[in-house]
Amino acid sequence: MSKGWQRIFIPLMAVVIALAIASVIILFIAEVPGPSTGNLWNDFWNQIGVRFSFLGRAFQAMFEGAFGSQFAWMNTVIRMTPLILTGLAVGFGFRAGVFNIGAEGQMAMGALMATIVAVNIPGLPMFVAIPVCMLTGMLAGGVWAGIAGFLKAKTGAHEVISTIMLNWIASNITNWAVTAPFATGSGTPKSPEIAVGAKLPILFSIEATFLSYGIIVAVLVAFVMYIILYKTSMGYEVKAVGFNPYAAEYGGIQVSKNLIMTMAISGALAGLAGTLESMGLYYRFYGTLTSGKGFDGISIALIGQNHPLGIIFASMLISGLRTGSNQMQFIGVPKHIVTIIQSIIIFLVAAERMVRTIMGWDRKKKVKDGLAKSAS
Amino acid sequence: MPFHIPEPSEYPHYAVVMKGIVKQFPTVLANDHVDLYVRAGEIHAIVGENGAGKSTLMNLLYGLYTPDAGKIHINGKETLIKGPAEAIKAGIGMVHQHFMLVGPLTIAENIVLGEEPLDSWRFFDLKAAKKRVRELSETYGLHVDVDMRIEDIPVGTQQRVEILKTLYRGANILILDEPTAVLTPQEADELFVVLRNLTDKGKTIIFITHKLNEVMAISDNVTVMRLGKVTGRIPISETSPRQLANMMVGREVLLRVEKAEKKAGEAVLAVNGLHVKDNRGLEAVKDLSFTVHQGEILGIAGVAGNGQTELIEAIAGLRKKEKGKIELCGKDITHSSPRDIRELGLSHIPEDRYKHGLVKEFPVYYNILLGRHYLPPFSKNGFLRHKQVYERAKFLIKQFDVRPPSILMLAENLSGGNQQKMVVGREIDYQPRCMLVAQPTRGLDIGAIEYIHRTLIGLRDAGVGLLLVSMELEEIFSLSDRILIMFEGEFMGEAKPGEITLEEIGLAMAGTPLAEVRKTEAASAGKSETTRVES
Repeated sequence: MSKGWQRIFIPLMAVVIALAIASVIILFIAEVPGPSTGNLWNDFWNQIGVRFSFLGRAFQAMFEGAFGSQFAWMNTVIRMTPLILTGLAVGFGFRAGVFNIGAEGQMAMGALMATIVAVNIPGLPMFVAIPVCMLTGMLAGGVWAGIAGFLKAKTGAHEVISTIMLNWIASNITNWAVTAPFATGSGTPKSPEIAVGAKLPILFSIEATFLSYGIIVAVLVAFVMYIILYKTSMGYEVKAVGFNPYAAEYGGIQVSKNLIMTMAISGALAGLAGTLESMGLYYRFYGTLTSGKGFDGISIALIGQNHPLGIIFASMLISGLRTGSNQMQFIGVPKHIVTIIQSIIIFLVAAERMVRTIMGWDRKKKVKDGLAKSAS
Repeated sequence: MPFHIPEPSEYPHYAVVMKGIVKQFPTVLANDHVDLYVRAGEIHAIVGENGAGKSTLMNLLYGLYTPDAGKIHINGKETLIKGPAEAIKAGIGMVHQHFMLVGPLTIAENIVLGEEPLDSWRFFDLKAAKKRVRELSETYGLHVDVDMRIEDIPVGTQQRVEILKTLYRGANILILDEPTAVLTPQEADELFVVLRNLTDKGKTIIFITHKLNEVMAISDNVTVMRLGKVTGRIPISETSPRQLANMMVGREVLLRVEKAEKKAGEAVLAVNGLHVKDNRGLEAVKDLSFTVHQGEILGIAGVAGNGQTELIEAIAGLRKKEKGKIELCGKDITHSSPRDIRELGLSHIPEDRYKHGLVKEFPVYYNILLGRHYLPPFSKNGFLRHKQVYERAKFLIKQFDVRPPSILMLAENLSGGNQQKMVVGREIDYQPRCMLVAQPTRGLDIGAIEYIHRTLIGLRDAGVGLLLVSMELEEIFSLSDRILIMFEGEFMGEAKPGEITLEEIGLAMAGTPLAEVRKTEAASAGKSETTRVES
């Protein structure tokens, strides 16, 4: 199998295995006492039959809950929007060999800054307000991640450590902002509502639920990232640094500049994810706006194999699973089953080597690599 | 007397008999019905180009691979070797090209590592370890100071430690993979004495090399391989380097590069009072000054690790300079970036092609782009122009005979020689005015070496100034117009290739200034005749 096909096959196989394992769990936890016939053998088969039909209904509910109606689709797409962007953020970092674990914090900072601007520009027309807010959010996320990039380039501080720490700082700053100087109302800490001009136009709505143009922005950004990665000199440099910084430096590429820039771009994408949530969904900043979507970006980048198109599909998968899990809950399957499915998928994709070994793609190469290393 | 192919009844006199060995890799048939007969107590050389299958054959013998077909007899007994552990049990030891030693541990500790003698409390018994290592070293005449740390001893001694390690594990058959690659000529000579000593004590040695003069100097019999098959088997007394080379390559090869006398032109690279530190922060280049002129190859001879790497990296802009000045074509490049230095006309064939020279995850055409990915015609307004890149890449791999000729293949799937041809092609395509050439033919086969040598001479004749660093003295001798000998970051002297002997250069490489070497020689002149090396 060619490398390209393997890249598609591995996540697909991971999904299939994860669903299979989830099925087994559902079969066991199904609370369906079948009618007792007094005959153990018949009871057993009844149980089996009832349980399998329960499993069928569970998956049907999940699928219908995610994609079964316009309303379901809409919910899935709403959830997908920020995930595409945080996935792209982390995936772009991976391409350059940096592990941006801080998309969560960058997303929060981006959303907060964009919201502050958006609240304070009443009366500004949409075609000015929207770009200004988006750029603000991207800038804030970019700067926040850029700090980690700068620290790595100048002092060698590992980005995993520094972005985690920046996550906490961002979390505290944003929480403080919406409880003290920028707070409004009571209950959940939140900011005032943003100006009308800064609200993203609505693409589609059913009753009170609406889908904004944010999804269009996210898909466009994915397309732009694809162009950057595969069609530009800059993408070439990013990938060269990611694969082999020594060769990149030898080829006249400034590794430290590239690192800072990659982190900044990655952070800008995460910042945009937060900004779109504020401008297109909540119309304000909530303390819980990010709620782990930045960390989801890591899983999505992994499942999508760091490819913009793969990331779109991975976001759809994850948001579909989550949206569908609500429906599944109605028929008695705990929502957490979806967390289990997601974890298994990530485990299998991350443990790619395992799949490769099972499929026998890697065996010879590994021996050869080992020898090449010992011989060179 | 031609090589005797033993009957099965004679196998007990043979340490190793490999019969009909076949090993198929996904894309290549690495061993195609290979037979190997190694008599007990002999030094048997296996020579062949890269990719000839000699390493595969030895890895099969050492149990790193299992053969698809064929049988292995050790000391007359058919043996199935499923892994290195079983190979060791069968009395086979292997010394890899790169040593696997632990720097901060002592020689004795390194040798017993993994099979440490224990005292009655089941703790490591250092005293017993030292005693056993001392005994071993005396038995085989491999003298080492067991208390020295590996990081403090020269490479030649480290190699002895590796050999002792295999002996400690009870090896009777020693496989040595390119053992002289890292040694000075003197150290190589000492190694040969050691090897003779070992065979006198009944050990059998299999010696992989591509240096024909070593084969001639040390081995009893030689097996020649090409493209996975054995192309010749001959006692050393009946062959010549030329014949071996023909068997290896399958055609006549030039063992010496033909090169016309040429007058050097203006200076292209001037280094003045350069000081550079190594990764540990120690001074690796100490106050070096030299000039490379147009149309000349300046060779730097020296044992690996004497500052050559740091010198080249400093010139290329990859390493910080502590003091001194570097000028390229009259412009100060002391503090310029690698990109600026390249743009001024310096290209660089790096010493370690895996680390610096290529991105193994990139396809060939992307590697050919490296360093010019932002320049027209390959880039316009920040966008890559794939069509131009493809065309250039296709042209270059054809011109430099990179095989297989596929620009979409990942660089990691090319063989070492073809990777190097790709790198050389790319660096020449810069049309440089000055070129840093480090280990241009390391690990390459004769065919590729010949090709790269001719290419370098071609550049010189076209007026490029080349600074050549190589551990292969032969390469330095046959390519250079002038030779500088480097030891511990300093030059031990300068000579023209026709005016210095291998012995003189070897002594200088070991740290005696050339002037002194010549003085002592003059004193003892007449006593011994030294061989002049023609260039």
